[in-house]
Amino acid sequence: MRPQDERELAAAIRDAAGPLRVQGGGTRGLVGAGEVLDTTGLCGVRLYEPAALTLVVGAGTPLAEVEALLAGEGQRLGFEPVRWGPLLGASGESTIGGVVAANVSGPRRVRAGAARDALIGVRFVDGRGEVIKSGGRVMKNVTGYDLVKLMAGSRGRLGVLSEVAFKLMPAAASEATLLLEGIGVGDAVAAMAAALGSPYEVSGAGWMPGLGAMLRLEGLAESVGYRVGRLGELMQRFATPRIERAGSAALWRDLGEVAPLHHCAGDVWRFSVKPSEAPGIVARLGVPVVLDWGGGLIWAVLPEGTNARAMAAPYSGHATLMRGCGVASEPEAPGVAELGEALRAKFDPRGIFGEGLGA
Amino acid sequence: MQMPVPDPAILAKKAAIVAALRAVLPADAVIDDPFETRAYECDALAAYRTRPLAVVLPRSTSEVAAALKVCHRHGVPVVPRGAGTSLAGGAMPSADAVILGVARMSAVLEVDTANRFVRVEAGRTNLAVSAAVEGEGFFYAPDPSSQLACLIAGNIAMNSGGAHCLKYGVTTNNLMGVTLVTMAGEVLEIGGPYADAGGLDLLGVICGSEGQLGVVTEATLRILPKPEGARPVLIGFDSSEVAGACVADIIRAGVLPVAIEFMDRPCIRATEAFAQPGYPDCEALLIVEVEGAEAEIDEQLGLIRQIAMRHAPVEFREAQSDEEAKRIWLGRKSAFGAMGQINDYVCLDGTIPVSALPQTLRRIGEMAAAAGLEVANVFHAGDGNMHPLILYDANREGDLERCEALGADILRLCVEVGGCLSGEHGVGIEKRELMSAQFTRADMEAQMRVKDVFDPGWLLNPAKVFPLEVSAARRG
Ligand SMILES: Cc1cc2nc3c(=O)[nH]c(=O)nc-3n(C[C@H](O)[C@H](O)[C@@H](O)COP(=O)(O)OP(=O)(O)OC[C@H]3O[C@@H](n4cnc5c(N)ncnc54)[C@H](O)[C@@H]3O)c2cc1C
Ligand SMILES: Cc1cc2nc3c(=O)[nH]c(=O)nc-3n(C[C@H](O)[C@H](O)[C@H](O)COP(=O)(O)OP(=O)(O)OC[C@H]3O[C@@H](n4cnc5c(N)ncnc54)[C@H](O)[C@@H]3O)c2cc1C
Repeated sequence: MRPQDERELAAAIRDAAGPLRVQGGGTRGLVGAGEVLDTTGLCGVRLYEPAALTLVVGAGTPLAEVEALLAGEGQRLGFEPVRWGPLLGASGESTIGGVVAANVSGPRRVRAGAARDALIGVRFVDGRGEVIKSGGRVMKNVTGYDLVKLMAGSRGRLGVLSEVAFKLMPAAASEATLLLEGIGVGDAVAAMAAALGSPYEVSGAGWMPGLGAMLRLEGLAESVGYRVGRLGELMQRFATPRIERAGSAALWRDLGEVAPLHHCAGDVWRFSVKPSEAPGIVARLGVPVVLDWGGGLIWAVLPEGTNARAMAAPYSGHATLMRGCGVASEPEAPGVAELGEALRAKFDPRGIFGEGLGA
Repeated sequence: MQMPVPDPAILAKKAAIVAALRAVLPADAVIDDPFETRAYECDALAAYRTRPLAVVLPRSTSEVAAALKVCHRHGVPVVPRGAGTSLAGGAMPSADAVILGVARMSAVLEVDTANRFVRVEAGRTNLAVSAAVEGEGFFYAPDPSSQLACLIAGNIAMNSGGAHCLKYGVTTNNLMGVTLVTMAGEVLEIGGPYADAGGLDLLGVICGSEGQLGVVTEATLRILPKPEGARPVLIGFDSSEVAGACVADIIRAGVLPVAIEFMDRPCIRATEAFAQPGYPDCEALLIVEVEGAEAEIDEQLGLIRQIAMRHAPVEFREAQSDEEAKRIWLGRKSAFGAMGQINDYVCLDGTIPVSALPQTLRRIGEMAAAAGLEVANVFHAGDGNMHPLILYDANREGDLERCEALGADILRLCVEVGGCLSGEHGVGIEKRELMSAQFTRADMEAQMRVKDVFDPGWLLNPAKVFPLEVSAARRG
């Protein structure tokens, strides 16, 4: 099934006899059973107003198309969507709806927020086949409940997005990266905390094995120049920073895509934790890792079947098995999990969106 | 404003309910003396008042849970309350409801600058959150004008914004976790000092749910390092259209100021008379503020000046000192007070696409003239969140009704041009019946299903947000 518009989408869901597997670009690969519902027919730009920083697009629009359109006007999605295909062994081109459904956010999250923060409106069809909208095309909107946030990251379990609206950001006129080469995870997390706690508007803070810590500054040229100097002085107590300008963008692409771990065999785990917990977790895991979000995001590849949660504990936050035997999210606390289940039952009473990402 | 008829069975049981509350709470935490409960009969939408059945003022999450269990068992509606500064009637009680106020829970629980968060009890005021981390060089970004009084609990329930949200976002973008007590008295931890939700983003839907899903007792809030400095400019224009075009060009040029505020002539004149900020007497003015170190500010303001000059402003005034910066903000900050000196007013809160600004301002002017009322405009222009102030005379027969009718028409206009009914104040009782102008029945059903999950008996703040007719079956 490949509906071409919202009406067809609603009809397809209403008439579905059994479970559906919702697929955008299919970069995740399909999980579970059922007929495929392909969203790529729900594509195209509905509205783009650069002067209002507003974009409304069909959910099945390829991410690459959205990015190219915005780049042409000197704008971008602030949350810096990243591609995990190479890490997780998938091919295909993500759709913008898939990005939203997984709340995929890159290194700039520490400054600009996540996909869910940039999302200002959605239209979707729930499991009953009803077309529902929430939010809209304006940046400030508290009219009624914020189902926009609920849909972001819902992994296709509550409904199928047909249209998504974003608050955009201007692209940066210039950027530079300070590299603290060779420093270990413990020092790196301390350095990143100091940098993110400084007034210099750090827009990326990560660590890659074989390289060290990296700190990104973006903005108007003179301003970046000024902040490179000041942040550099502040970082002296950890290492003398090397300043990378031309190669800066490529470094952050590598970090977002978790490039250093692409060729490691085993289970891919993703930890979302309190940044200061990172050094302890990394030491307990004892394998190469990549850190993003100042240490709040840890990527690790562990031997197949490892109980990574037990190994990494204690930590706040949660861990997800992203590639391995299935995908598994951390079980939620009982009362919270019940609310989630009850919401799913309300939005999808027939259970036709069964497995979603399988997580 | 229509409110449901209070449940006579609950009114009749008042003594038993109060006794049950007293049995689980300290003596001074339960108020039922009609003289004392009067302080809770309304919020900042003061035209509407009702005395509640009783008021409880717990000091801890477990006391909140105990109070809710009693109300749940007796089937008594509960209206959560912060400081009562809601402009939408969100905290207004009904005669058969218990007000649950969290103002006594104001402690700072944890300050963690390394991980950039603070954990507080939800009864802390917005300004006191920033005050708790100021010494370490941090601040809490959402800054509603009511920040001296309003509580984090109310901010979360309304997803409040402020002048600086163009750059820093609103409450939902700065909220990391809450402790939530459900109507049944269950205590849940949702989110925490880490980035992602583990499952569905429940926190995202709790924020902005106007006290209808649960009672928030603690919050984990993101804090940010304070910028090195900030500087405003004042730009005057001889037409609102041109001011609107200038806003669009600034945004288009890739500069993202922390704030872009707009005032029209009626508002400029009123504030000038009230506070003498020394504003030019012109059709429209913008206050644009940028942040950073001196050199960074110069760079951004240089760009903004270039853009503004293309629109032939009648004045371009850059603050040369802290004193001048204060004077530029003085008028904006005293705008509401100034309007209050002239007359009673109703403050609207619709948002429109920035591109629709000139046409919408013109239409509002025409509608006001037709209604024989005066409207002044002061608002957050960067994000299109308008605050038309409709002046009326409360002592004149029928004036409030005419003013409300005009307000409803203006809000419908906001929806028509692609915007929404409320940008930051919430729906409450005020805009409840207008929801149908923005949402279909199916849209509202989907929202109400969320409430069905959190509060199956519809006891929490039940007669708010949804048109009474739409929620009737659920409220029973
Ligand atoms: C647990 C987890 C595992 C992941 N695994 C991978 C991976 O192996 N490879 C990879 O490249 N990325 C993966 N991602 C990231 C994310 O899925 C992709 O980056 C995203 O961009 C995929 O876009 P897509 O269009 O290819 O979606 P798809 O891969 O087709 O679908 C991804 C998920 O989103 C849902 N979805 C897609 N479109 C819609 C829509 N319009 N409305 C509602 N739901 C929709 C699907 O049901 C599915 O659950 C994962 C994310 C998470 C949270
Ligand atoms: C002069 C003035 C200026 C204002 N300026 C702004 C502004 O710039 N931006 C802006 O966004 N708003 C503004 N407001 C509106 C108001 O201040 C905000 O809505 C504020 O967040 C309300 O907080 P409060 O503590 O007073 O909440 P209350 O008014 O007591 O309650 C507001 C809502 O929150 C719910 N609630 C309260 N406590 C809890 C709890 N513990 N758990 C669950 N729900 C709860 C209530 O049921 C109610 O629905 C202004 C108001 C005034 C009077």
